[in-house]
Amino acid sequence: MTQTIDSGNTRTDSHGKVHETVHNADHEIEKATLVAQTSEGGQELRPRSELSAKELMREVGAVLRISESEAAALGAVDNVVPGTTGDAEDQTMIINMGPQHPSTHGVLRLMLELQGETVLRCKPIIGYLHTGMEKTGEELTFMQGGTNVTRMDYVSPLNNELVFSMATEKLLGIDQDIPERAVWMRMLLSEMNRMSSHLLFMATNGMDLGAVSMMLYGWREREEVLRFFQKVTGLRMNHNFIRPGGLAADLPAGWRDDVLRLLEMIPPRLEEYDILMTGQPIWRDRLQGVGVITAQEALALGATGPILRSTGTPWDLRRDMPYLRYEDVEFDVIVGTYGDCFDRFAIRLNEIRESMRIVRQILDKMPSGDYRIQNKKVTPPPRARIDESMEALIHHFKIFTEGFKVPEGEVYVAIESPRGEIGCYIASDGSAKPYRMHVRGPSFVNLQCLPHMMRNCLVADAVAIISSVDPVLGEVDR
Amino acid sequence: MSNTPTTPGADAPGADQTDTAETAVETAPTEIYGHPLSDSRGQTVVHVPRAAYLGLIKQLADDGYMQVSDLCAVDYLTHPGRGLPDGFAAERFEVVVNLLDIEHRRRLRVRVQIPVDDATCPTLFDVHPGTEAMEREAFDMFGIVFSDHPDLTRILMPEDWEGHPLRKDYAVGVIPVQFSNDYRTATRPSVVPGVPA
Repeated sequence: MTQTIDSGNTRTDSHGKVHETVHNADHEIEKATLVAQTSEGGQELRPRSELSAKELMREVGAVLRISESEAAALGAVDNVVPGTTGDAEDQTMIINMGPQHPSTHGVLRLMLELQGETVLRCKPIIGYLHTGMEKTGEELTFMQGGTNVTRMDYVSPLNNELVFSMATEKLLGIDQDIPERAVWMRMLLSEMNRMSSHLLFMATNGMDLGAVSMMLYGWREREEVLRFFQKVTGLRMNHNFIRPGGLAADLPAGWRDDVLRLLEMIPPRLEEYDILMTGQPIWRDRLQGVGVITAQEALALGATGPILRSTGTPWDLRRDMPYLRYEDVEFDVIVGTYGDCFDRFAIRLNEIRESMRIVRQILDKMPSGDYRIQNKKVTPPPRARIDESMEALIHHFKIFTEGFKVPEGEVYVAIESPRGEIGCYIASDGSAKPYRMHVRGPSFVNLQCLPHMMRNCLVADAVAIISSVDPVLGEVDR
Repeated sequence: MSNTPTTPGADAPGADQTDTAETAVETAPTEIYGHPLSDSRGQTVVHVPRAAYLGLIKQLADDGYMQVSDLCAVDYLTHPGRGLPDGFAAERFEVVVNLLDIEHRRRLRVRVQIPVDDATCPTLFDVHPGTEAMEREAFDMFGIVFSDHPDLTRILMPEDWEGHPLRKDYAVGVIPVQFSNDYRTATRPSVVPGVPA
């Protein structure tokens, strides 16, 4: 430890190592060596006796500003068992849930402080799937970037590609010149992706709560949508189909029939879901009043998407800050009332219906024309031209090896993904690779709601709450 | 198509989602609470000195910018000459905060210059608790210390990781390819030699 500590507190982690945090009230930090800054302390949930009031306040899920005495009262352990001391360490137990747990949707690890079956504190610990995708994004050209971002939120890959492409196009200044057909195709794919993502939520949410047949039904319907994606893009997932300038290819012959078949098949299946779950008393008992969050708290925590809408806040970027041609289609923004797990389930179920409503309008309005911008700077020449023109071959080669240069600048573009606001911040230095590519993953931010939603719930409800946040760890960890 | 970006006007179609009320009116304000506003591809950006950063965020929160959509950092080590308003010296790091005003449906981006020899920044946790994880990520990836943050630990990298991966002087690393010329010498450097840390 080579740092000067002015007002830091000392903590000991489970390995007996001493860590020091620097509060640097007067910014007095030594010339920062890398080593000094890496021992900032453990990420795990620690016993109450080692916590500052502020940290405790966050772990018990106090969102809005409260006084320290209120925080202490929140953090106090009630219901002391007779015959024991009132020490928190005697009353409670800190346990791990995950990262290997079927209900944690991947590699989410939660540390829970339990008193009996009741969760007193919770801390999500993430990073187990971190593969440095933002660093990788700086090494790939704008042309190649789609393959990288599509793997972040692997349940709704087309939305990732869309936001990355829109940010790149904005930097290039061609965002108003994208052909109409490309824009409507993007909308079609984005909405179909919302359907497949929410269908997967139906499956996992059912599975987490013991409705195992629901799991099979959800996966089954999602697979039908993925089959459509496979026909259009060639892949079930990680499509890299939406690219800067448009799309990789036009819709295949017979796409309209495939979409119509889906639109016919899915509504009766959703009716089945309603019978199986929505009206069923056990299902309602498991979800209603569980994991409640208010609008003010959700906004303060940065929550977006179904979590924010479940609190009754009608905020949907498709309607409120329209992109693509969402102002030309009619749809309803589904909001909840109580901000509980049931509202979030019902919102997603009904958003599938709204997405189908949008898809129906897209079928009617899909214009003909080009599926990508005819701008030689960003669009490779057609395949047929390569056989007959040397220049086309060179152009094709250059654009795929060197990429295209993007003017200097920085933009932040956000769209509504199935999980909330997915944003892409790109800073360009004028070269063919993004200087900095940052993706604001909705799951990453939404996970911060967990400690708040879980306070004083049961362990079984914790499973329901994780499920209702619907995190995708590929996007959380990036 | 030229290289120069077109600035979307007030009559631009809705694809420009960030067209705020401020850019749409003809007499767009040039500053907010004394801090210069600039335009980046039709998006409003405000530059603020680090000392006034927290105060500005509080004032903006009272004005309706009640949610922090995104907070991230950028390391401008190899690209120092970016355009900044008068009176702002380009520093190595920059903290970028994207604010969202739900009531008026507008966005605002705040950019703060952070020097490398004093890489600290006030935390927004007291105003917007939702920045907690984002600031931890910025700390983890860039080593910017957010003072008064309640739990400033690494969030994505392992606890005992050395270095801050998204810094520009942190190499991506290489996987030695068998039978290539540099197979015996290639290692996984964590720091690019020759670039000052």
